[in-house]
Amino acid sequence: MYAKFFAIAVLFVCSATSALATPHIQHWQAASGARVYFVEDHDIPMLDVAVDFSAGSAFDTAEKSGLAGLTHGLLSLGADGLSEDDISRKLADIGAQMGGHFDNDRAGLTLRTLSSTAEREQALDILARVLQSPQFPESVLAREKVRLVSALKEAETKPENIADKAFDKAVFGSHPYSLPTSGDVDGVTDSLRADVVTFYNTHYGAKGAVVAIMGDVTHAEAEAIAQQLTEQLPPGGASAAIPPVEMQIKASEQRIAHPATQSHILIGAPGVARNDPDYFPLYVGNYILGGGGFVSRLMEEVREKRGLAYSVYSYFVPMQQPGAFQIGLQTKKSQADEALQLARSTLREFIARGPSEKDLKAAKDNIIGGFPLRIDSNKKILDYLGVIGFYNLPLTYLDDFVGKIDKVTVAQVRDAFQRHINPDAMVTVVVGAPEEKAEGGK
Amino acid sequence: MHSRLLKYLLALALISVAPVQAEVFEKTLSNGLKVVVKEDHRAPVVVQQVWYRAGSMDERTGTTGVAHVLEHMMFKGTKAVPAGEFSRRIAAAGGRENAFTSSDYTAYFQQLHKSRLPLAMQLESDRMRNLQLSDKEFGKEIKVVMEERRMRTDDEPHSLLYEKLMAAAYQEHPYQHPVIGWMNDLLTLSAADARAWYASWYAPNNATLVVAGDVKADEVFKLAQKYYGPIPAHKLSARKEFSEPPQVGIKRMVVKAPAELPYLVMAYHAPVLRDPEKDWKPYALEVLAGILDGNESARLNKVLVREQLLASEVGAGYDSTARGPSMFVLDGTPSEGRSVADLEAGLRAQISQLVKDGVSEDELKRVKAQVTASEVYKRDSVFYQAMQIGQLESIGLGSKAIPLMLQKLQAVTAQQVQDVAREFLQDDNLSIAVLDPQPISGEHKHASHGASSHVR
Repeated sequence: MYAKFFAIAVLFVCSATSALATPHIQHWQAASGARVYFVEDHDIPMLDVAVDFSAGSAFDTAEKSGLAGLTHGLLSLGADGLSEDDISRKLADIGAQMGGHFDNDRAGLTLRTLSSTAEREQALDILARVLQSPQFPESVLAREKVRLVSALKEAETKPENIADKAFDKAVFGSHPYSLPTSGDVDGVTDSLRADVVTFYNTHYGAKGAVVAIMGDVTHAEAEAIAQQLTEQLPPGGASAAIPPVEMQIKASEQRIAHPATQSHILIGAPGVARNDPDYFPLYVGNYILGGGGFVSRLMEEVREKRGLAYSVYSYFVPMQQPGAFQIGLQTKKSQADEALQLARSTLREFIARGPSEKDLKAAKDNIIGGFPLRIDSNKKILDYLGVIGFYNLPLTYLDDFVGKIDKVTVAQVRDAFQRHINPDAMVTVVVGAPEEKAEGGK
Repeated sequence: MHSRLLKYLLALALISVAPVQAEVFEKTLSNGLKVVVKEDHRAPVVVQQVWYRAGSMDERTGTTGVAHVLEHMMFKGTKAVPAGEFSRRIAAAGGRENAFTSSDYTAYFQQLHKSRLPLAMQLESDRMRNLQLSDKEFGKEIKVVMEERRMRTDDEPHSLLYEKLMAAAYQEHPYQHPVIGWMNDLLTLSAADARAWYASWYAPNNATLVVAGDVKADEVFKLAQKYYGPIPAHKLSARKEFSEPPQVGIKRMVVKAPAELPYLVMAYHAPVLRDPEKDWKPYALEVLAGILDGNESARLNKVLVREQLLASEVGAGYDSTARGPSMFVLDGTPSEGRSVADLEAGLRAQISQLVKDGVSEDELKRVKAQVTASEVYKRDSVFYQAMQIGQLESIGLGSKAIPLMLQKLQAVTAQQVQDVAREFLQDDNLSIAVLDPQPISGEHKHASHGASSHVR
């Protein structure tokens, strides 16, 4: 793949795969201070760009929960003399697509455009103005606040959202990771334009920006693009660090009534940070426990053997600080307790004994054999560039990936799970709990 | 909001006429299996998809949902490959796999390193003929499907509303039944129903094999002959021809479900593409959907959300490609303090204005520019390209029609857009459903926003 343009790293892995080429990542710091990650590829006449900042919901306060998301959402709704309508129309005229992503840590914008000069220049000009000169018009802010409040009220009626919110609160306590990424009704209502402007100036500084560029431009063009997109950003430095997460939590169980036919069950605790040395053993172990599609233990026990749920999973959310470890499933109310006990006992058993050698081999075969599928499109490579840049992972992350997976042992998985996950100190949330046991409406 | 439109545009934007792109090759085996290969050598991966021309529209009253249940059962083993083993072998090969069922077709896929294509073919061809449908596995899996129905439909107010709207909008056509099946049918379905379905429709002469990725077409044809070639064709069940009689007046309905916000859907019966050369109305309807909702500055969002503050979300969608008939759908959520009746009036005003004054050349150009760009972007996903081929083969248009369809789309005129709006967006053709939000606990705190009181 991309052999014409990419350095080729030859990885000798288990017999499942032959030599794999990983993308050659070029990295530099722009004059603006932004860190740039670039993969040059001319197979398709198009260009993908992502610009990320430490400006996610972890930088909200409980009083103005939702300010970070509002700021992010308003970037493209009026900038540098362009109205929101000018922005969307000028992008549509050339078939360009602007998108965004937003989570606890990160806020960013993405752009996909044809790489032909006229289209590319117009698209990048708009992205540059949106990132660097957003105007946050008062009337647009007022309207977006009303829309967001409506959406938040709607979310508060949905069992999956109610469960997520209660889960994050119980897992993260007063840590900002407990704040809902889209905020809450009061926080959004109380966010004023001055707050948005201050948030932007504090968190969208060039020195904290990560620019990922993937596609049909030369190195020289990519350098100019990175500078064009960041030179006029606020002069401030990177955002302050996110405080550490309190890892020791007490076991708790909440049962929340809801008229839905199913109970939504979440079990979890603080998990692992993106840069933790245990990341790979936990990743491989979780594949076996509940990450591996149709072949995980949770899937086998809950769905395949007993038909208790359509969807059952476990995952880690590796963040700047430890994000959540979560097991989730939905089942009709009368089966909720049976499914909950089964999920708990499956977890307990996995932590006590760890995986078998056979489990581990199956997991490695899948993850290593499936590595080419992780980097088979520009979009996927762009996403990796963003993660590598934002979390300061080594530039050789993709080259090293297969080797790191291959080195994981049964003992490492068991040991890592035992140190990170205590089955006696887990949060449990059941929304749509069996009627006689629920504590009352939310 | 406009992602739906994009999907529809992409559905038309399959094979570029640009010479840089590898060609699509096709061959039909003597047992009737059509094999379509799309070469794409950017990454050392391959996707195999097998599409059966059997979906929920081929079901009968009393056994709705059986097409989808059979899809689940296809993972439950053959003599050679016991239950669960299919997934384990694909996983061990580094693969990803799944399946999906629609009203028109059922499809199975695996994505793997290119060297593992023979394994995928061996497993997929085995279950085309040799599935073992045991009562025991059926008994467990039907429970999983009922949980799926609860999760996707019963507890999802917008899905529930669409299900009930389709049941009312179609009087005769089997599109009135949900793909997942009615709950009572799921409760009474048996393994024998699934066996009958499998025996009726799972045959090479009712399937299309699509392979896309870093492969050579002639090698794929050889592999296909080796694995699928020996499976005998068999006589398919007779297919009923369904039509939908003309609607003779507006239909209205209210759906009550736990929610905060009301929701409005207006669905107009609309034609689909049958003759890609001669038909023009479906192309014009695609462009109409783009003009209403193709991007954030398109009419509905610009006027109803941004300028009039009448809606918090609004959209338009139309799919020109299906085995059965289609619908042109408008939907939206009114802003806080506005009713669904206000929103309906706002949407109707947009339609009236379009019918009266037509559309501008700029709007037309903008939609076409998006189609052109999507043509390039879709080359970034091999899976997606295979999807489009399988879909068009399964509905009977054939993937070879795509360049023509793109040309025709680019040739749509402003007058044609105005003409189809006038012809199809009429009350006699319209079904309207409104979600009347119910409180999740005792008291009815938002009665004033309730939908029913505003429905004319």
